[in-house]
Amino acid sequence: MTQISPLPRGRAAQPSPLITFEGVNHSFGARPVLQDVNLTIGKSEFVCLVGPSGCGKTTLLRMLGGLLSPTSGNITVGGKPVRGPAQEISFMFQDYSKALLPWRTAAGNVSLALEAAGTPARERGPRIAELLSKVGLAAHADHYPAQLSGGMQQRVQIARCLAQEPSVLLMDEPFGALDAMTRQALQDEILRIIAANRTTVVFVTHDLEEAIYLGDRVVALYPNPGRIAQVFDVNLPSPRNQLTTREHPEFLRLRRELFDFIREDRT
Amino acid sequence: MRTAKGFLLPLVLLLLWEIGMRASGLQSDSLAAPSQIAAAFWTALLDGTILRRTGETLRAALTGLAVGGGSALVLSIVLGLVPPAARLMQFSIEVLRPVPAVALIPVAILTLGFGYGMEISLVAFATFWPVLIYGQAAIVNIEPQLIDLARVLRLNTFGRVTKIVLPATLPRYFVAFRLATAVSLIVAVTVEIAANPLGIGHELMTAAQSLHPDLMFALVLWIGLVGWGLNGLLLFAQRRLFGAAGASVGVPQ
Repeated sequence: MTQISPLPRGRAAQPSPLITFEGVNHSFGARPVLQDVNLTIGKSEFVCLVGPSGCGKTTLLRMLGGLLSPTSGNITVGGKPVRGPAQEISFMFQDYSKALLPWRTAAGNVSLALEAAGTPARERGPRIAELLSKVGLAAHADHYPAQLSGGMQQRVQIARCLAQEPSVLLMDEPFGALDAMTRQALQDEILRIIAANRTTVVFVTHDLEEAIYLGDRVVALYPNPGRIAQVFDVNLPSPRNQLTTREHPEFLRLRRELFDFIREDRT
Repeated sequence: MRTAKGFLLPLVLLLLWEIGMRASGLQSDSLAAPSQIAAAFWTALLDGTILRRTGETLRAALTGLAVGGGSALVLSIVLGLVPPAARLMQFSIEVLRPVPAVALIPVAILTLGFGYGMEISLVAFATFWPVLIYGQAAIVNIEPQLIDLARVLRLNTFGRVTKIVLPATLPRYFVAFRLATAVSLIVAVTVEIAANPLGIGHELMTAAQSLHPDLMFALVLWIGLVGWGLNGLLLFAQRRLFGAAGASVGVPQ
């Protein structure tokens, strides 16, 4: 790990550990998917996982979300081992067209999380309105997912995740299928929302620039079997800005370093 | 306009049939001219026979469908949610499914006697399988991400079934019930023709045995019309509820 310099952002500086992976392995049958993963993530840290297909980044995220059990090793959140999905951990799926209920409106989809958590019916209405306006969809509460754009559907997913009031937000390539402009708007939106709630985020992406732009740290993985290759600290001023951050010398240096790293890995 | 074209061929055939029968001056115990058939139909309709008999058949068919299809709906959900139960049941299902409902008529007569009970049981047996098989396929085809979502949100079993599984599979279940409705009518009429002294099937058999070909043909055409009407009604409901695609997951508009 590189030396941590004084952080203008202040979020990643010696945070108290919230999530730990200890010697975590996972295999499908005889084929190892993830090997000896050791990682500590601090409270309200934003960690991005990058790496080529087959490096097990989604598997890592699903294990943390309690959707998969490690073959061996321990994963803890807040000191407690992960035994299954938990209220405080929320999961945002990659494919928005398949992660929303097509027979429910935007409000109905947000309501699902509240219904599952046992929120009384009369408290749901105001909560839903508040959550939808937080993601800028107040005017679209009554629209069905098929009537919303991809970016709007991902906003509905964000609102549904926030309804859980999670302390950890897991995001599996959430903006991968969106166009560049929508993607940048949502990147800034998610940063704004999690900064307000001090949520810890683990974010899987293919896009190295996205990882640097969003992350306090970028964890690069090797494939076959998946394992952690290197962890990069991102020392960029906050709040991030789509123009100035992406022109920042540190951004360019990291971008270069990560690209070289990924390319070396290929050869 | 297209429906009108569809009526053209049957009308021409009926006309030829009528002309043929009149020209040959045939008097038959097994054939009747369309005009005679229409007259017999009209008489049977006016004296209430047709409607009463149709009511009996539909009562048996739809009750059997509700019992058979309803229990298949519940079982398919249980099997879909509990894979070990599905593996346990698979052999029994594969052995029982190919048994034709008609082959069980003697068994039903022996154990239940004549009447609604046995006819409903046989219809229930016959309609159970299509709904079970289609239902299981529908549940297997639920988007896996929605199942993950149910887990992440920690929905309980009841919530999972009512909020995710049923709405996601409703269009497919509807198609299954539509097909099972056709099966229910076929089996009910078959049971009535073969044994049960009830319904249109029995009336049809009586007409044939008492050498009334006009009434016999009138009833055959009527059964066709009832089946066509029932299917049309369900198709209309399906389009209204789930859109033209029907089999895909519909968005209620």
